[in-house]
Amino acid sequence: MSPHTIGYLAADPTAGDAITNANTAWILASSALVLLMTPGLAFFYGGMTRAKSTLNMIMMSFSAIGIVSVLWVIYGYSVAFAPDKTHGLFGNLTIRFLHNETQASITNSLYDYAFIAFQLMFAIITLALISGAVADRLKFSAWIVFSVIWISVIYFPVAHWVFAFGVPLSGAKGEVAANGAASGFVQGTGGWIVQKLGALDFAGGTAVHINAGAAGLALCLVLGIRKGFRKEAMRPHNLPLVMIGTGMLWFGWFGFNAGSALVANGLAGIAFVNTQVATAAALCGWLIVERLRDGHFTTLGAASGAVAGLVAITPACGSVSPSGAIAVGGIAGMICAMAVGIKNKLGFDDSLDVVGVHLVGGLVGTLLIGFLATKATNGFVDGIFYGGDASQLGKQAVAAFAVMGYSFFGTLIIALLIKYTIGLRISEEAEIVGIDQAEHAETAYEFTPVSAGAGHTTVASAAPQRVVT
Amino acid sequence: MRLVTAVLKPFKLDDVKTALETFGVQGMTVSEVQGHGRQRGHTEVYRGAEYEVSFVPKVKLEVLVDDADAEDVVEVIAKAAQTGEIGDGKVWSVPVDDVVRVRTGERGVEAL
Repeated sequence: MSPHTIGYLAADPTAGDAITNANTAWILASSALVLLMTPGLAFFYGGMTRAKSTLNMIMMSFSAIGIVSVLWVIYGYSVAFAPDKTHGLFGNLTIRFLHNETQASITNSLYDYAFIAFQLMFAIITLALISGAVADRLKFSAWIVFSVIWISVIYFPVAHWVFAFGVPLSGAKGEVAANGAASGFVQGTGGWIVQKLGALDFAGGTAVHINAGAAGLALCLVLGIRKGFRKEAMRPHNLPLVMIGTGMLWFGWFGFNAGSALVANGLAGIAFVNTQVATAAALCGWLIVERLRDGHFTTLGAASGAVAGLVAITPACGSVSPSGAIAVGGIAGMICAMAVGIKNKLGFDDSLDVVGVHLVGGLVGTLLIGFLATKATNGFVDGIFYGGDASQLGKQAVAAFAVMGYSFFGTLIIALLIKYTIGLRISEEAEIVGIDQAEHAETAYEFTPVSAGAGHTTVASAAPQRVVT
Repeated sequence: MRLVTAVLKPFKLDDVKTALETFGVQGMTVSEVQGHGRQRGHTEVYRGAEYEVSFVPKVKLEVLVDDADAEDVVEVIAKAAQTGEIGDGKVWSVPVDDVVRVRTGERGVEAL
């Protein structure tokens, strides 16, 4: 075989068929889209913090990309997706370092490596989502330690519950699509929510959003409120940055939701359309609530509504019709707009509303499937509004509250462990000066001519000058 | 010599500057400041949470003038800056002992 054959695949006797190659192309593109959501989230959150802590907020997202990607290859993918013998709780370590995977491995008309890439991006953003709850005050070293423990102990198992369909039966084509019964898979090898319970979660309303929202709540409860919370104005310092982040999230979310079909077909198409209309409806819903309650249509409200809609349609995009998606989005937009006020009443400082948007939005979307699911989209179950019984709603509730409970109490323990060992919070002085300067030795902006350089002196040891001859 | 200081609504700065230049004032210093008098602040709403913004953006303008011109300059500024609405600002003048022009070393009135 000529070494100049185009690509290695041409020389591969186990090369997939055209369908497999088409699916793989779409999932690789989707993986890149989902990765882009995390920098998008960094801007969405970064613009919402005060100017003195925007870099720290952005760094929590970018550090998630660094940490989770490495752990994913070492053991994360294996814990989440290797066949389990634990009644669907977590996988084993047989695919650590991905060492049983080959370039030619194919599962359900998709190259494994594309699936590995795709699922990695989900793990990254789920961790990054939590950071919104702890703006301005969490020690960065504590965040790093939290990241490693949380992704390993909470996310990887929960991803297994929700996303691991199990080992396909030999000769059978497992239905990877939104199939609650997960027929075509060896029973006892997949996650309990997807394989045994049969709850519908197309793209991760439970594993990603409820999970991150509950974790954010637990972490911010242990961490405590920001200095000045509910006393001084903590308004977003850069709303245009928030809007850029929202745009990147929305764009990337098509990969997240439509890509979760794991095939390039009509199901991916309807998930795409549902994602768009639900997000649009939620944007409108949030703005309507704001106009009625506060008297103005705000930019932050439009951005928040869009994200609430994206969150809510995430579990539902593969099981409702486009008109059902409008209902999911509209309801989520309005409920989340009201839910973000809860923290001020109850006094917990979920700084950027991870609970109000992701936990509440995730619950709304996951539970509404019980009402709005339609066979026309998902192929096998109707919700209550489409003539079905309440059994699917029951399954949705079990899945939602199981993930919420595990994530909340698990995170609570992790947070307490860190609090009483290395400590969670930066000093009060550092918090007032700004976490960017205290933890990262940087500031995001040059505020005055003095801070821009005139007042700075070079530290001799910092950068020895190279003599150029 | 006197230092005339005015705190103004930002959108009136251009009118005041033009009026002062027409009057013959050679130089001035402008800075962006925040504060409030009887106007108090305003309210902003983020995700339903209302924030009282008690300090309003203002422009502070400073002009060094000869004693003889001080009263007129105060008058020119006050007239140009007036809208009649609450929050128009204040103008005041204080005595100045000495002034040095950095470039030439001239002192006192010569340095104005």
